[in-house]
Amino acid sequence: MADMVDNRYKIVDQAMKKLGYEKSALLEVLHVAQETFGYLDKDALKFIAKRLKAPYSKVYGVATFYHRFTLKPQGKHTVVVCLGTACYIKGSKEILKALENRFAIKVSQTTNDNLVSLLSARCVGSCSIAPVMVCDNKTYGKLTLENTLEQMEEMLS
Amino acid sequence: MITSLLELEELANCKRCDEESVIEELRVCIGSSCLSRGADEIEKDLKTAIEDKGLQTRCRVKGVGCSGLCANGTLVLHYKNATKENILYEDITLDDVDALAISIEQEKPYSLKVCDTNQPFFTKQTKIVLENAGIIDPNDIEDYIAHGGYATLFHVLHEMMPVDVINEVKISGLRGRGGGGFPTGQKWESVYKVQSDQKYIVCNGDEGDPGAFMDRALMEADPHKVLEGIIIAGFACGATKGYIYVRAEYPIAVEKLNHAIKQARKLGILGNQIAHSGFDFDIEVRLGGGAFVCGEATALIASIEGNRGNPRQKPPHLSDYGLWGEPTVLNNVETLANIPSILKNGGEWFKNIGTPTSTGTKIFALTGHIKNTGLVEVPMGITLRELIYEIGGGTSDGKALKAIQTGGPSGGCIPTQFLDLTIDYDSLKSVGTIMGSGGMIVIDESSNMVELAHFFMDFCKSESCGKCVPCRVGTTQLTHLLEKFIAKEATQADFELLKELSSVVKGTSLCGLGQTAPNPVLSTIRYFESEYLEGIKND
Repeated sequence: MADMVDNRYKIVDQAMKKLGYEKSALLEVLHVAQETFGYLDKDALKFIAKRLKAPYSKVYGVATFYHRFTLKPQGKHTVVVCLGTACYIKGSKEILKALENRFAIKVSQTTNDNLVSLLSARCVGSCSIAPVMVCDNKTYGKLTLENTLEQMEEMLS
Repeated sequence: MITSLLELEELANCKRCDEESVIEELRVCIGSSCLSRGADEIEKDLKTAIEDKGLQTRCRVKGVGCSGLCANGTLVLHYKNATKENILYEDITLDDVDALAISIEQEKPYSLKVCDTNQPFFTKQTKIVLENAGIIDPNDIEDYIAHGGYATLFHVLHEMMPVDVINEVKISGLRGRGGGGFPTGQKWESVYKVQSDQKYIVCNGDEGDPGAFMDRALMEADPHKVLEGIIIAGFACGATKGYIYVRAEYPIAVEKLNHAIKQARKLGILGNQIAHSGFDFDIEVRLGGGAFVCGEATALIASIEGNRGNPRQKPPHLSDYGLWGEPTVLNNVETLANIPSILKNGGEWFKNIGTPTSTGTKIFALTGHIKNTGLVEVPMGITLRELIYEIGGGTSDGKALKAIQTGGPSGGCIPTQFLDLTIDYDSLKSVGTIMGSGGMIVIDESSNMVELAHFFMDFCKSESCGKCVPCRVGTTQLTHLLEKFIAKEATQADFELLKELSSVVKGTSLCGLGQTAPNPVLSTIRYFESEYLEGIKND
């Protein structure tokens, strides 16, 4: 376990090295860190701050400004419901509600067993097949309440 | 390394010869929408099926970018080299793969799934920016070169002076496609005139408007066209470095652009001494972080610099003080993708397309309650009626059309009485909305306009960066007010407050986000006041 952790820090450090430890590399490095760790915890942020010689407050400030970054660990599966305009007028709100009921959590939360994180997005750019959700990086379009829930069972099985 | 136009043409010819050796091509659309229906698997299976039949020397299977008619995906275009004939197949699933392969073998069309390309959706479009979308393989620079790519760049570098390039763009009348509509030539000229050792070109691919996916499709379908536009902009303005700022939500676009940059560097189209012309230029992709405000120029710059995406007061404008304090040109993806065609065919040619004040074409993403959802490129000056009813095929469920929303959270709704309005920057402004980046959301009678206004206000509320008070506090208060109307518990005083607060937020916010956030409210009050009045409780 310890080795694996070290290795992940190494990956993040390499990303910083590639960009010359420039302060402007912060956003890029946060992306790499999130991809590597799955989320950004305090230790990772402190590590990045130290290596870039930037104040922790700055790193924390940037990490919390952008929606893409999450400071909490995510569940095994992530389900992102698009709430862009095209999806919205085609009923994505109801779909989100159905998913909230299905997993008994609210949006931006993770189930107690860490199985599913339910998130929302402001538009994933697949408007022509609205309403859309993205489950574990795969896009599903033309959703109805029925096929959404079916998809969930398939994902969990 | 390619060092001259001659060498480029040789490569193009070579690639063309190679292409002509295969008699036909099956072009599988792997745009975002078809991809989510499993287009990648269809491409793979189709390749296997063609190979199993031993047809691979005759028929090539390749993945291409968005072909436009997303509603009927997955789309597969069958192209015959000898006759230059195209047959478009729609609604292709994995079950159709075998039958399609058999039809290739028997040289008969697979009539079950043929899509009629004589319908207005295809015939009324004018493709300039999207000319290669759905035709070339976005992963293959040689395919782009074989279709005339980079020849304009080489011509510009060898034959033209920066002033000539700027002049040509000025003649063309090209205006910013991100929504603002600022004349591109003028923008370039102001940066060109500033004396500085270092200048930057920044391409805005942070397509934040919900309901818009034009730039995504463009970057995924034809990344080299965007690169070519950026390099030409760099040459014209005297910049040596370009950045493409792309939303992190578009991983495929990022991958395609990075791949394209790598290929271009390998051929010497990016890097030092491009085409032996003494001009150095390189491009880097930067990832956004999912903040709508980063579409605003100064916020985007802050984000590239690795900071929170907070906008700042203008002036100084980016042309004087942009990225890292240096003069910077910031253009939208679609704007830059227009550049190669303008310099290839001349500014006059471009000027003759569209209307006198809005020249050229515009890509629109047709979505919402419309039959033919997808991506279309039409000349400016087309009417909304043509776009919605002829190209779009009308509303999807046969319900009555209620309004058309353009410009995303910064725009407004156009009611049906303006269906004969021509689409250009000025007409759209005159009815209280904006061109925006090109998202066109068709709304039928089943939608409530107050709820829609609330949707946009809620969006702006959570996307407000919080730097200035009018936007941070104003959007929150406006959201609460709109909630009262939805709950039918508003008072007449609330209605007055809603209007007053909207104008305050509009007039006093720091950046474009706040200044335009009340637009959806004001526009729906203007045309759908009765729905607001229904939300006022009777005492």
